[in-house]
Amino acid sequence: MTPVAHLKNISLSYHSEHGETQAIKDISFDIYDGEFLSIVGPSGCGKSTLLSIISGLSKPSSGTVEILKNLKSAYMLQKDHLFEWRTVFSNACLGLELQNKLNSQTKKKVHELLEKYGLGEFSDKRPSELSGGMRQRAALIRTLASQANILLLDEPFSALDYQTRLTVSDEISQIIRREKKTAVLVTHDISEAISVSDRVLVFSKRPAILKAEFKIDFFSNGKNGLSAREEPEFKNYFNKIWKELDK
Amino acid sequence: MTSLPSNEQLLYIKNINRFKRKVKITRLLIFLLFFILWEILAYTNIIDPFIFSRPSSMISAMLKMLKDGTLLRHIWVTMFETIIGFVLGTVIGTLIAVILWWNSFLNKVFDPYLVVLNSLPKTALAPIIIVWLGNNIKAIIAVALLTSVIVTIINVLGGFNNSDADDIRLVRSFGGNKKDVLLKVVFPTAVPDIINALKINVGLSFVGVIVGEFLTAKEGLGYLIVYGSQIFNCGYKQIKLRFELFICSISILDCGKIS
Repeated sequence: MTPVAHLKNISLSYHSEHGETQAIKDISFDIYDGEFLSIVGPSGCGKSTLLSIISGLSKPSSGTVEILKNLKSAYMLQKDHLFEWRTVFSNACLGLELQNKLNSQTKKKVHELLEKYGLGEFSDKRPSELSGGMRQRAALIRTLASQANILLLDEPFSALDYQTRLTVSDEISQIIRREKKTAVLVTHDISEAISVSDRVLVFSKRPAILKAEFKIDFFSNGKNGLSAREEPEFKNYFNKIWKELDK
Repeated sequence: MTSLPSNEQLLYIKNINRFKRKVKITRLLIFLLFFILWEILAYTNIIDPFIFSRPSSMISAMLKMLKDGTLLRHIWVTMFETIIGFVLGTVIGTLIAVILWWNSFLNKVFDPYLVVLNSLPKTALAPIIIVWLGNNIKAIIAVALLTSVIVTIINVLGGFNNSDADDIRLVRSFGGNKKDVLLKVVFPTAVPDIINALKINVGLSFVGVIVGEFLTAKEGLGYLIVYGSQIFNCGYKQIKLRFELFICSISILDCGKIS
């Protein structure tokens, strides 16, 4: 597999009038093409900040982020952030619109995506008419439509109730794999990370350092998210990551 | 969903409708009672009809002025001035709010000034404005504008600052610039606040116009009120109160519409 991004010796400190907080300390890793990478760590350890750095919205205090040429990243946030003043279709077009790439061809593609993932008949509805899972799918289509290669998922399932969360995380991760995108998921839910990813990075408390890395091979064995949870191996992964976090 | 609603549902709807009807009827009754009581008190000389007038003579004077067309002309002038003041106040206020949102330095600098200007009784500045702009319609509109513009800035800016930080992050992550953030997130978020500002501004610019007309005008409702009180002794004593009646009825009808 070829790397699409190199992160080298990333550190970041927050500044406020009350002083300085180091959030991330000397973190280095690569992101590979087409992989589903998860980052787990205690709350407030700077995981989200790292996504922000990968996206280019924040600058690290030191270190470098190298992203392969003509690759774009796009966000999926904790809430779906569908705008109530737009229809589902026009929400899905937001990314294209902001990049001045909205034309009849890309519009057709958005319609196809909505159709393909079961939101075709909701195109002209308002987001409030969708269920929680459908909203998250619409948000994913907005991200996919923007033709980004690297999807940055910032706890995108944490606002959903537990049952919806299981099916939606399964669904979303499968769509991302089917569309052959690279994804970086930030979460504090260990089982979620194991069930959807190829690789899990474990971060420490603040200032965050990279503590451990686990390769998960459910997907290479053809198991999807929900059935992965039933594998005997699942518990082993869970315990190992749990111990790393606890250390 | 095509099945008939249950009896329980029908009863529920019936109760709600009955309640709404009761509210409307009571409102109307209070309105009528007020004027009937007024008429009776004036008729029996419990209140002095020379000072307080009476509904019946107000209505007849109103009809007379409607017939010779003076009333409509004055209403038109005041409405025209109010609308201009209202539109200007809203547009200028929103523009200033956009500038202050855009530039956090200016925002911080002018914050205390906005609070001070907002607490200032703007109509008290009317005489100065009239000396400055002259005894004409410009001065009246300026007073109307002044009364509404500061409140607009404060409300709309508040609406702008209510927008969700993550909504903004999303637009940014798609490569949107500050203008995109304003047009795609901040402005749409603030639409309810802008509509609120519109509602407040109609009232405020009406007050501004009336006060302006008190001081300068040769036309308009404010002028008519002053004229009415000046010729108080000449027998046209009802004029002033008639317009208060007029304004009262408009506001009550308005309330009915809103609810």
